[in-house]
Amino acid sequence: MFIYPENWNSLSPDEKMQARFDYWLSGAGTKFATDEAEKTYRERVQRIIDIISLKKPDRVPCLPQADAYMAEYGGIPYGDFLYDFDKAEKAIVKFHRDFQPDYNMVMIAPGKMFERLDMKTYRWPGAGLPMDSKSYQMVEKEYMKADEYDQLIANPEGYFMRTYLSRAFGALKGMSMIPSLYYAMELPMVPMLMGMFAVPPVREAIQALLDAGQMTGEMMGTMGKITGEVVGKMGIPSVMGGFYKVPFDIIGDTLRGTDGIMMDIYRRPEKVIEACERLVPIAIQIAVQGVNMSGVPVAMGVLHKGDDTFMSDAQFKKFYWPYFKQVMLGIINEGIVPAQFVEGRYNTRLDVIAESGLPEKKTLWMFDQTDMVAVKKKLGSFACFGGNLPTSMFLTSTPQEIKDYSRKLIETVGNDGGFFLSPGADIDMARAENVHAFIDGAREYGKY
Amino acid sequence: MTEKLVEAIVAMREEDSARITEDLLKSGTDPFEILKMGRDAMGIIGQKYSDGEYFIPELIMGGEIMSQVVDKVKPLIEEKKAEEGTKTIGSVVIGTVIGDIHDIGKNLVTFFLDINGFEVIDLGVDVPPEKFVDAVKESGTSVVGLSGFLTLAFDGMKATVEALKKAGLRDRVKVMIGGGQIDDNIRKYAGADAYGDNAQEAVALAKQWIGG
Repeated sequence: MFIYPENWNSLSPDEKMQARFDYWLSGAGTKFATDEAEKTYRERVQRIIDIISLKKPDRVPCLPQADAYMAEYGGIPYGDFLYDFDKAEKAIVKFHRDFQPDYNMVMIAPGKMFERLDMKTYRWPGAGLPMDSKSYQMVEKEYMKADEYDQLIANPEGYFMRTYLSRAFGALKGMSMIPSLYYAMELPMVPMLMGMFAVPPVREAIQALLDAGQMTGEMMGTMGKITGEVVGKMGIPSVMGGFYKVPFDIIGDTLRGTDGIMMDIYRRPEKVIEACERLVPIAIQIAVQGVNMSGVPVAMGVLHKGDDTFMSDAQFKKFYWPYFKQVMLGIINEGIVPAQFVEGRYNTRLDVIAESGLPEKKTLWMFDQTDMVAVKKKLGSFACFGGNLPTSMFLTSTPQEIKDYSRKLIETVGNDGGFFLSPGADIDMARAENVHAFIDGAREYGKY
Repeated sequence: MTEKLVEAIVAMREEDSARITEDLLKSGTDPFEILKMGRDAMGIIGQKYSDGEYFIPELIMGGEIMSQVVDKVKPLIEEKKAEEGTKTIGSVVIGTVIGDIHDIGKNLVTFFLDINGFEVIDLGVDVPPEKFVDAVKESGTSVVGLSGFLTLAFDGMKATVEALKKAGLRDRVKVMIGGGQIDDNIRKYAGADAYGDNAQEAVALAKQWIGG
């Protein structure tokens, strides 16, 4: 947990970032089992800080992005990452011990908690998907109706609390009746506020939240144990400390759905823009919250609906980019590095990003299928980047082919620092020798 | 007025399209002709998408406007003519494979096959291999399209191709695949006939295999 020093508000963004980097480098509250583990940890964190700062580290860092593959390798269904934490812990620790990746991926989630809340926005292994399914999946729906933009714009937090939560979680229907807390001001008003907490649906919703909190607490216990092994004993740090979302994606993915937002662009463009503006501080707040909790000063935003094929350049510049950029700048202002996972392709967007005057040495970009030579040319002077190794290769190629691809990437776009090796997306299915080849490749060919 | 309707739909002018459709009906235009104008408009929208001028918002919005036009005119079209109007150059069975519930890519391919004159049998998302097998048997189609966004679709595609093989249908159909993390490596892995990078490639493959 990153606690603000007393002089926090008087620090410049650069000083804030330095304070966060120092905390991350120090081990972010980890008790190291050995000096060796601590030394390895620091080296690995330093490599990421070096590439963010566009320096050449001692070698190219490698982010394996193994997700469901850790379960497969451990011989358990991915559903156990949500339902059997003992087994999940063993599998995750085994993966890190056997592969010694530069950075950890520790992602478990409490399936029973999602069930307790009757979460409707996803299907996951064990609920709606078979236990051996390799991923959880979003269920896009119109959780916000077309005529509710004004409500969202007037009070986004209140809209999420009362309207979104009560629709997206069956057990939280009573949240729709949560009163305004502004009633806490005057003595005669306080009973009127508290009276709402006597109403059965509200009490049921709050009970559901308490239960969910307890279930999540159990999962956090396991997370602590895994972190103790992976970070404390092996010295393998985390790189992604929090999340954020681009305002257009908050509306498009979470609230209106693809069909909804795409038609809104034509039917009520000014409302879409107003809502995007309004969601900027909220997206920044999401990033800060996660980063403060984890102590790792990198916040990942997964980009969805601004892909080359999703909208025109004009639409990107009007609806997506301005608020996306404001969010990145806001995150940087808090001393945090925004890390963009660019799903799909961004070939036509690179110029917009390149010409936007984003501050140098403050952002990290991970690409899926974008042309990496163009990325190097257009973003390389001010931002670090990586990605692009096709996930299919982990399943279908030979170790040599994986090494050749990695080597080519390093030689063509990673030869002077500011670069990390990574697949284009999460690895869910793979052959073990290919994962080894990938991790070893960075060590063999990535030395500067 | 005819051109005006096509123009309005192509320009995404929703209210104008509805009004012009009603005016056309009032002035006694054959509802079947109006339907044809709608199809022409969708063809132009598809062309603009292929040319990189239009994107997903226009496909979705155009589809929505078209469905409003169809709602207005369809009840007025004689059954025989409606049948004539739906004559196609062949059928394609399509779906997102088992375990994957993403549909944006699949819907794009469906849209383009449809405006190019194919009958599309869209099985939806998270489609079990047996359902593809049944659909191929029932429709007698010779082209199957498998969609998938996630890496887990690698195995769903493989299982579907194997199920077609087991049912003795593999020689009768060509299988094309596409979506998020899918590429030519996965074509080999799954035993499909072709990988398509985008919706237009899916149309080209279907045309090549079916003719037309």
